[in-house]
Formats: sequence, structure tokens, C-alpha cells
Amino acid sequence: MNPVNYLYLAALLFTIGAAGVVIRRNAIVLFMCVELMLNACNLAFVTFSRLHGNLDGQIIAFFTMVVAAAEVVVGLAIIVTVFRSRHSASVDDASLMKL
Amino acid sequence: MSGGALAAAASTTSTGEALQFWVLGTVAVIGALCTILMRKAVHSALCLAGTMIVLAIFYLANGAYFLGVVQIVVYTGAIMMLFLFVVMLVGVTAADSLKETLKGQRWLAALCGLGFGILLCAGIGNASLKTWNGLGQANSGGNVEGLASLIFTKYVFAFEITGALLITAAVGAMVLTHRERTERARTQREQSEARVRTGRNVPPLPAPGVYARHNAVDIPGLLPDGTPSDLTVNATLRGRGQIRDVSSEALAELAALEQRSQRWLGRKGNGTGKPSGGPGKPGTSENGENGEDGENAGSAPNPRGVAK
Amino acid sequence: MENLIGLLVAVPLLGAALLLCGGRRLDGKGHYIGTVLAGASFVIGAVLFADMLGRGEHDRALHSKVFSWIPVGGFRADVAFQLDQLSMTFVLLITGVGTLIHIYSIGYMEHDERRRRFFGYLNLFLAAMLLLVLADNYLLLYVGWEGVGLASYLLIGFWQHKPSAATAAKKAFIVNRVGDVGLSIAIMLMFTTFGTFTFAPVLTNADHASEGKLTAIGLMLLLAACGKSAQVPLQSWLGDAMEGPTPVSALIHAATMVTAGVYLITRSGAIFNAAPDAQAAVVAVGAVTLLFGAIVGCAKDDIKKALAGSTMSQIGYMILAAGLGPIGYVFAIMHLVTHGFFKAGLFLGAGSVMHAMNDEVDMRKYGGLRKYMPVTFITFGLGYLAIIGFPGLSGFWSKDKIIEAAFAKGGTEGWILGGAALLGAAITAYYMTRVMLLTFFGEKRWVPDEEGHEPHPHESPSSMTIPMIVLAVGSVFAGGLFSVNDAFLKWLEPVTGHSHGDSPLSAAAVTAGTMVVLAIGVALAWAQYGRRPVPRTAPRGSLLTRAARRDLLQDDFNHVALVKPGQYLTRGLVYVDHKLVDGVVNGTAASVGGLSGRLRKLQNGYARTYAVSMFGGTAVLIAATLLMRAV
Repeated sequence: MNPVNYLYLAALLFTIGAAGVVIRRNAIVLFMCVELMLNACNLAFVTFSRLHGNLDGQIIAFFTMVVAAAEVVVGLAIIVTVFRSRHSASVDDASLMKL
Repeated sequence: MSGGALAAAASTTSTGEALQFWVLGTVAVIGALCTILMRKAVHSALCLAGTMIVLAIFYLANGAYFLGVVQIVVYTGAIMMLFLFVVMLVGVTAADSLKETLKGQRWLAALCGLGFGILLCAGIGNASLKTWNGLGQANSGGNVEGLASLIFTKYVFAFEITGALLITAAVGAMVLTHRERTERARTQREQSEARVRTGRNVPPLPAPGVYARHNAVDIPGLLPDGTPSDLTVNATLRGRGQIRDVSSEALAELAALEQRSQRWLGRKGNGTGKPSGGPGKPGTSENGENGEDGENAGSAPNPRGVAK
Repeated sequence: MENLIGLLVAVPLLGAALLLCGGRRLDGKGHYIGTVLAGASFVIGAVLFADMLGRGEHDRALHSKVFSWIPVGGFRADVAFQLDQLSMTFVLLITGVGTLIHIYSIGYMEHDERRRRFFGYLNLFLAAMLLLVLADNYLLLYVGWEGVGLASYLLIGFWQHKPSAATAAKKAFIVNRVGDVGLSIAIMLMFTTFGTFTFAPVLTNADHASEGKLTAIGLMLLLAACGKSAQVPLQSWLGDAMEGPTPVSALIHAATMVTAGVYLITRSGAIFNAAPDAQAAVVAVGAVTLLFGAIVGCAKDDIKKALAGSTMSQIGYMILAAGLGPIGYVFAIMHLVTHGFFKAGLFLGAGSVMHAMNDEVDMRKYGGLRKYMPVTFITFGLGYLAIIGFPGLSGFWSKDKIIEAAFAKGGTEGWILGGAALLGAAITAYYMTRVMLLTFFGEKRWVPDEEGHEPHPHESPSSMTIPMIVLAVGSVFAGGLFSVNDAFLKWLEPVTGHSHGDSPLSAAAVTAGTMVVLAIGVALAWAQYGRRPVPRTAPRGSLLTRAARRDLLQDDFNHVALVKPGQYLTRGLVYVDHKLVDGVVNGTAASVGGLSGRLRKLQNGYARTYAVSMFGGTAVLIAATLLMRAV
């Protein structure tokens, strides 16, 4: 098997994650889909690291994880705050950005 | 692990890794699909965790030992637990309706997803990925050491900046979730004095159903006439509308109890008291009671919220 | 001596600045300041004249550069003055007549509370007119040209409380603008042709330029001259300009400013000499105008308007002479000077009569004034004799020469022009006699005005009569003086050049013919107005008379030919603007608004919708990247 299949898998996971962001309304699930996309990227980075034979790809994946952690912390805090004031975790309910 | 390292060195993987890829890859895709298709956030989170573990294994197979472990410890362990925690905080019972409310959203999503996936795959297919160098040489001094030497030399500034980012995120989360008290909290003494002064609820509030018939904090206690009292439930649950009303069941059970005792008494008192009850009835009745008990004791998959 | 030239302009300019900026403090003595400064200017002019006479015939011209005005790269425009015999003649005429009219105005404007301002304007006019004739290049001449236009506008509309005066001022200004455009185009053409607009290089190089360009320049200069000198077809403003105070009519609209066109053509003689077509146009304009003005003058009952028609006609003579080329330049200027004397005198006389008659201008309500105003009668009479060309007086010498020169043009053209000039002389005799008879002879016809004040004709104060007397003396003797030994011809010849032409008639024959038509004109007027009493209201008159009363329909013509099409054009443009331009603009706005209204629906506030668009956008980006790589 050619390791390029890992990249196809990453692309598939990324697409599924993106579709989830678009389809789901629950902000938490939405966040999970974002995490899924980030993980798909990480998989691609790791595979590229193998392709090139150096560790830079893994470093990028590492930084991605750190950023994802920070993002989750802030994002979930926002979700909690929104839920507290609106009693709903649906992103459709927070649709005030219109005329 | 050594097999993975060997495989990583070649342009084609070993049969073992290929098998692993096809099996676990299928699992990962199913997990991802379940993540976006499950109605409950909890299920989504669990499926995602499964996918992430599979990905961790793939990292290991690709020679990224450190990342594989970090993926399990940090991602699956910490971040997913954070997710679950928030899911619980927001309401574990809340399930999404999967009915689409935005017109054309599904179609657009499907179209974009298909196009995106096909284009991405076409891009990968077009790329010249013939020579795989493998990580044998890079990992020769140990994967963690290799990463460390890169992080603390070439990527040291990025690393420092991620430190600042994490601190900012932590502070941001605190600021976001922190609620400023606008007035001093009343002490217990002041509360009791206030209760006496108003003359309502002078004794402590009645306990929830734990001591009445049921044993959960979200079930109101029953008044002597069998009606539930919202007063017995925590104000937070009341506010969220997460009170389970079991009064009808309790009344039915009470009636059944009375019937049974009457039958019992009847059998003791006069033999022809209630012949029509039939021999099977107590059994069914008891079965039902047991079933209900079991359900109530469980994770309550079928809640009956009392609307405020 | 050169420095004195700048002073000539500076002195009246200083007067204007003092009087216009000085405020009410100078109300009591403003007219003295103005008059003294005008007089000082005349004295400087006289000193320069004496100096000039002291030098030889060919080095009389003085040149004085004051400062470099616009030095840009190779382009130079200097404020520089040139004083040659032609300029000198004008300087003396302007400052001399100007000073006399300043003196006259002291008496005439005595009861006007804005007298200081009036004198400020007069001084401004003097400065601008002197700048015009002293400039050594066309650009500076243009400054003076506009300056006199401004002064003329301010003075015609001096009694701005009268709507008619305000309208007349605007009319004069606007009609003059047409001519000014001609002058500015001529200057631009000169610059593209010669690379400069200083007189000396332009005029000496005129022969080398192509005739087409010179014709274009000449025609544009003629347009300018027509505007300023009230020649057909830009003549319509002069009659209305009589709304201004009479001294203004005398100074600006008779003696000096309106002759600026003659100066311009004479100064640009070299250009016209090399462009026969332009010269023919000049001659045609002059001939038409001299008849046009004369006919208008015959029909007017308003004394000032009759004199304005006469002015137009006399300037027509000058333009005609100037258009004849070297045969006529000298006589054009000579007639200009003598005309300056007698026409200024006639206007001052008319002003004196109006002063005595409670500002009544209708000659049919005068009559028999010679008994009441002897000085005015005599001075006006001398001016009258001069203008009709009574033998021995100024007009005789100058006009006779022009008629002679017109015949000297030669060929059929010469006969036509000479005939027109002769006819003009006859009509001049007729209408001037008419004015004279209506005003000073016959029985008195004046009536009380609306408020019941019967006019009490009286002689004007000495401040008014003295200038009239001086001008009358000039009217009598100037022409003769100039003609003694051909003094004026010799004086100007170095500047303008002269040739005798080939007259088919002898000078004596022309003079005799002039005398005959003169006698006929006077006799006709006597027959019509002297023998029988004049009706107080004008009879209906013939078709020609009625047309002439309406200035030969000049305003009707302008209305139909220019104003109406202009209005239609404007309306059309407004329509186009409203329907087309506004339509496009509003249509754009409406379509943008409509499109926005529809696009706004995309902005529904749902984060997921935005996410889809981002998703699609990413897909498009990938497609684009792949396509770019594939290409």
C-alpha cells in the first residue's frame, strides 16, 4: 500500500468535518467538527513528515494541537457564556447579525 | 513500534500496516460520520474520541511517536473530556433535532462537500508523491529528541509565542465565564432572618423526591394529595426546565399498591373479596414496577420535562 | 524719463485705491483728490510729450520694463510699457479729456451722495485705459482691456437702484465678453504662431506667418474691437449704456474707451496689412456700422441715445479708415482725437441741458433753450458744427480725409466705401441738425413733471461750463492744427506708416461732394424740424423710423438669433439632464438598491450559511489552484 492513502483519509475526514460544521446546529458538536478537521490536517502533516523524511511536519502538527487546545478553551468558554444568557447552544439562535 | 519505523522507511508499507490502515481507517471514517450524524452531543463526543484514538495509532504508524502519545493524552484525554464536561454543563439530555431549518442548507452542504472532497482528492492524486523518504534517519536519535532539538532551535520563537497564546486563552476563558457579583452574598444567618421576617417557608425547603418515592434530585417531591411540588427541586433545574414529573406514575403506583393491599387484605379477610383480579395480575404489576424503577435509576433516556 | 511712464498709470490707480478703500472719511474731498490725480497724470503726459518732441523722429519711442510678470521656462510675460507717438496721442487724449470730465463731474455729481465712489471708478477707468494704450504686449493690453470693461460696467450701473441701469451694465458687460473672448483667442493664436505676444516681435514677424493664421488672428482682433467699440454685430450695448451718468457717457462711451477697438486695429496694423481678408472684414464692419449708427441716431428722441447712435457711426468711420490699411490709419486716429473733443463736448452739453431740465432726456420736450443756456448753446453748437464737418472745424479735416481715403481704396470697392462714407456724412448732418433744432430752437415745449415741478432752465455752474468751453475750443481748432503742414500725419507716420493710395477723385472734388451732401442733410432737417412746430409726442413715422427707434431691431435680432436658441438649448440640456443623466444616475442607484435588497437575503445572520459560503469558496480556490497548475 502506498502511504498516500493516509492523505486521502485525511482529505475525507476533513471534508466530513467541514460538512458537519455546516449541517449541525449545536455549537458543541460544531466545535467537535472543527477539531475533526484540525486532526485531519495533523494526519496530513504527519504523513508529509514521513514523505519528506524530516520532523518539521510533526512540529507543525504539534503547534496545531497547542493552538487547538487554546481554541477549545476559549470556544467552550464562549459557548458556556452564550448558553448562560440564551439558554440554548444552537448557533441558529444566535442570528442577530442581520437586519 | 519498530515495525512501524521500518514501514515508515519504505515507499510502500508492509502488509501489516496496510491491513491496519484499512481496518482502522474504516473505523475512523465511521467514527467521523457518527460524530456529525448522532443526535446527542455526548454520542458525538464519544465517536470523535474513537476517531482520535485511531488517528493516534496512525501517527504512531507514521513514525510520529511523540505526537501519537500526545494525541491520546492531550486530545483524547484532556480536550475530549473538556468537551464532555461542557456537554454535561449545558445539558446532557439536550438532543439536537436533525431537521434542517435553513432552506437549501443541506443541498448546498452536500454540493460543497462533494466538490471539495473530489477536488482535494484530485489535488492529492495530481501531486507527485512517488518517493517516500521515511523517517528512519530523522528518528535515528529518537523521535522525541529530534522534535525537541527542532522546537528549541528552529521553532523556538513559535514555541514561545504558543506559550503566550495558551496563557491568553486561559485568561480569556476565565474572563468569559467569570460572573461579577453585583452585591454581597447573603450569609446563612441573614437568609434565615429574612425567611422568618417574610413568614413564608420558615423551615428549610422540602426535599426533592429522593426521600419521597423516587431517588433523583430532578424529581419533585409529592404533596400529600399526590401532586408534585416544584419547590422541592433545585432552582437551577427549575430554571432549565429539567424537572421530571412522575406524579401520574406515582399515583398509578399508589393505586396499584392500594389494590394489592386490598387484595391481600381481602384474601385474608374474605376469600371471595376480589376474585376477578386474576392470578397473573400481581406479577405483571410487579414487573412494570420493576421496569420503571430500573428506568428511573438509569441515565434517563426518555425525560419528560415539565415546562415552566 | 522712462520711469515717468509707469507713473502715468500708477497715479490714477493710486487715486482709485485711495477713493475706493478710503471710506467715508474722504467723502468731503474725494472728488478733489480724483481730479487732482487725473490732472497730475495729464501733467506727466504733457512732460513726456514735450520730451518726445525734443527727440528725433525715429527715436521717439520709449520703453520701460517694470517687472517680469510671468517668467515660466521659455515663456515670458512682462509688465512693460511702450510709449510711442500712437500711445502718446492716446495718453494726451485720455488724460486731457479725462481731467476735463473730472472737473465737469464735480458740478454734475454734486448732489450724489456716492460721488467719492464715482470719482474712484473714474480714476480706475483712467488707469486701466492708460494701461491699455501703454502696454508693450498683448497680454498686458488685455489686462487694461478687461480693466476698462470693469470700469465701464461699474459706471454704467452706477445708479444701480434703477433696474434699467443695472440691466444695461450687465448687457454691456456680457456683450463685451464676446469680444473679450475674441481677443483672448487672438492672443493664444499669436502665441502659437509667433511664440510671444510682445508687440515688436509679433508685428515685425507678421509677414513671415501664413496668411490663414493671420486672417484668423485678424478676425479675432476685429471681434474684440467690435465688442469694445460697439460695432455691428456687437453694437447693442452702447445705446443702453447711456443709463450711466452723462460724464461717463462723455468720457467712456464717446471719447476714449469705445475707441479702444480702433487703437487695437491700428496697433495691429502689420497683421491686418498681411491679411487682406481680415482687412476687408474690418472695412465692411466699419461701413455697415457708420450707416447703422447714423440711421439709429436719426430716429431717437432721447438726446443721449441720439448722440450714442452718432458715436457708433463716427467710430464706424474710424474702423473703416483703419480697415483701409496704411491709407487710413493716420486719419482713423486723427478722427478719433477730434471726435474725442467734439463728442465729449456734445455729451457734456447734453448733460448740461439735462441738468437744467430736471434730467429730462426727451428732446421733444426741450425747445428754445438757446435763450436760457447761452454758454451751453454756443459750446454745443460748435461741437455740432465740428461733427457735421463744417469747413474749418475739426470734423471737417478728419472726416474729409477718411472719405477721401475710402475713395482712394480704388476700384469698385473704393466707390462703394466712398459712397457709404458720403451718405453717412449726409445723415450725420441731418440728425445732428435735428438734435440742435429740437433742443435749442423753436418754441419751448417743456411741461411740468408728474410732481408738478416746472423746469426752470438755467446755465450750469462754472465747473461744468469751463470743460465745455475747453472742449469746444478743441473741437474748433484741433483739426485745423493737425492739418497745418500735415503735422499729425508726420507725427504718426513712423508708427503706422502711410500711403496715399490712388484716388479716382481729386481732394477738392471729394470736399465739394461732402459739402453738397452736408447742405442737403442740413436742409432736410431744417425742412422737417425748423420750419414748422415740432409735436410734443413723436408721430408714428415710417417703417424705417419705427425700426430705427428700436435700434434697427438689434435687440429683436439678438433675441431671436441668440437668446431664443440659447433658451431652447438650455431647456433641451435640462431635459437631457433630467431624463438621461438623472435617469442613468437614478437607474444605477435603483438597480444597486434592488440588487442590494436581494443580496441582503444572503446576509441572514445564520453562521452556518456563512460557513457554507466559505466552504464553497475554499472549493473554488482549490479548483482555481488546480487549474492554474494544469495550465
